[in-house]
Amino acid sequence: MSSDLLELTAAQAAGRIAAGELSAAALFAFYRERAAADRAGGEDGLNCFTWVAEGAAADAPAGSLGGVPLAVKDLFCTRGVPSQSGSRILEGYEPPYTATAVERLREAGAPLLAKTNQDEFAMGSSNENSAYGPVRNPWDRSRVPGGSSGGSAAAVAAGLAPWALGTDTGGSIRQPAALCGIVGLKPTYGSVSRYGMIAFASSLDQAGPLTRDVRDAALMLAQMVGQDSCDATSLQFPGEIGVPSAERLDGVRLGVPAELSGEGIEAGVKEAFDRSLEQAAALGAELLDVSLPHAPHALSAYYVLAPAECSSNLARFDGVRYGIRAEGAADLLDMYTRTRHDGFGPEVKRRIMLGTYALSSGYYDAYYGRAQRVRTKIAEDFAAAFEQVDFILTPTAPTVAFALGEKTGDPLAMYLNDYCTVPMSLAGIPAISIPCGLSGGLPVGLQLAGAAFSENKLLDAAHALERALAFDGSPAHV
Amino acid sequence: MIDREEVLHVARLARLALSEEEIEPMARELSAVLDHVAAIAELDLENVAPTSHVVEVTGRLRPDEPRPSWTREEILAAAPDANEDGFLVPSPQA
Repeated sequence: MSSDLLELTAAQAAGRIAAGELSAAALFAFYRERAAADRAGGEDGLNCFTWVAEGAAADAPAGSLGGVPLAVKDLFCTRGVPSQSGSRILEGYEPPYTATAVERLREAGAPLLAKTNQDEFAMGSSNENSAYGPVRNPWDRSRVPGGSSGGSAAAVAAGLAPWALGTDTGGSIRQPAALCGIVGLKPTYGSVSRYGMIAFASSLDQAGPLTRDVRDAALMLAQMVGQDSCDATSLQFPGEIGVPSAERLDGVRLGVPAELSGEGIEAGVKEAFDRSLEQAAALGAELLDVSLPHAPHALSAYYVLAPAECSSNLARFDGVRYGIRAEGAADLLDMYTRTRHDGFGPEVKRRIMLGTYALSSGYYDAYYGRAQRVRTKIAEDFAAAFEQVDFILTPTAPTVAFALGEKTGDPLAMYLNDYCTVPMSLAGIPAISIPCGLSGGLPVGLQLAGAAFSENKLLDAAHALERALAFDGSPAHV
Repeated sequence: MIDREEVLHVARLARLALSEEEIEPMARELSAVLDHVAAIAELDLENVAPTSHVVEVTGRLRPDEPRPSWTREEILAAAPDANEDGFLVPSPQA
């Protein structure tokens, strides 16, 4: 029974519940036990969770998701449940309300199973910046799961949750999905409400699914999209998210940008990527070279814009309204500065400093102003490319999962993890990572990006490729 | 390129206390990132409009209809220090 449950995708589990072959309560109990064991396991576990439900919600799940439990990244506010964004400064914070995305999924029948570990305020690519300890990669416990949605990715890959909610600012869904051998989708900016997401960089932050397969990603996304009066930047998704079913790619034009698929990509990743291109051609796709001339500058622009927005957003953490407060302060200003010193970790401090510097008098035009203009050029590059092709294909991350501690001493080396994912974030376009093979026994991710609101076609193409690539990432295999 | 004085100046702007041992690494790491970022100075961006946001929405307002807000108790419950009237903080001029 239990190994049987573990094999089910979320869509399959929902189908069995709907058919009366499986009880939602039994499924919740099965995953709750697995998640709680990981949480209790300490050093022996993967450290995927910051909180696990005590029991199933009292109200019986209804809706199309039928009761398939959901793991949610810590930074989503969940009423009465710790929501700390991986930070010491929010230790023990229990918000009085629930984020729109989480609320919509709950109403659709996905009850809250657990909160997942993450890099502090979603700043990181390895989950080593969490105040609650690093997450381990289920494929190799000595390696990182990626970040910042590392707990969500590792939990899905290890079968500790059927599916999970994450957020992506510069790659924080796609990169951990790639490193853990699962599917991760960053939707079009604005298609999912940000209300109740503890903000990092508001013009880039976007919620999305981390799932075992492409169909599960579509199933979850379908319940998340929609305009929200509590988020003025949310947009009505044109139409509905359907169930992806394509098996061929006939007539689909796929663009491969040299700028994001050559230099800096490690050999094993490049080999798996090239094999995926062959599969795509075999499915009938037309492969074309495209150019994104400003993409190599995306990382530079991102590491001005995201820290600038973060320095502003994180000004709210001052020890007054929530979270911790430094003791024994001499006066109010001393309390602010010492609370922030004690509450923020090294990477968050670095980004606040970087952003404050970039926005400060005398430097604003040279850094923030220029970065905003680079952002325009990157969006124009994509727009030009999408006149020639339907989708752009790149490796999701330049490397497979790296060793814990390997890059913690070098912020720039860590930032390079986002090289292939940041351009899409700056342009606000949707992108999905699907597992496309192994390199040295570790998963490699393939990224497909499309024009704004092309999610249905993007999911269809990803579905066809997923079938052809036949990657075995089932938890039993991991 | 970023020196100790600049680090302390920016930290003051950011309302962030830094311990003595944090200052030198911060100067070094900020300099390294800014050196990398400086590559965008070489691009020709004359006549390029800035993008602050990919969604072009301006001034979207919801109908001005009264609705319940949070209770004072709910909000104050999360504060490190409060009485029934509001947040308690140290004096600005102790």
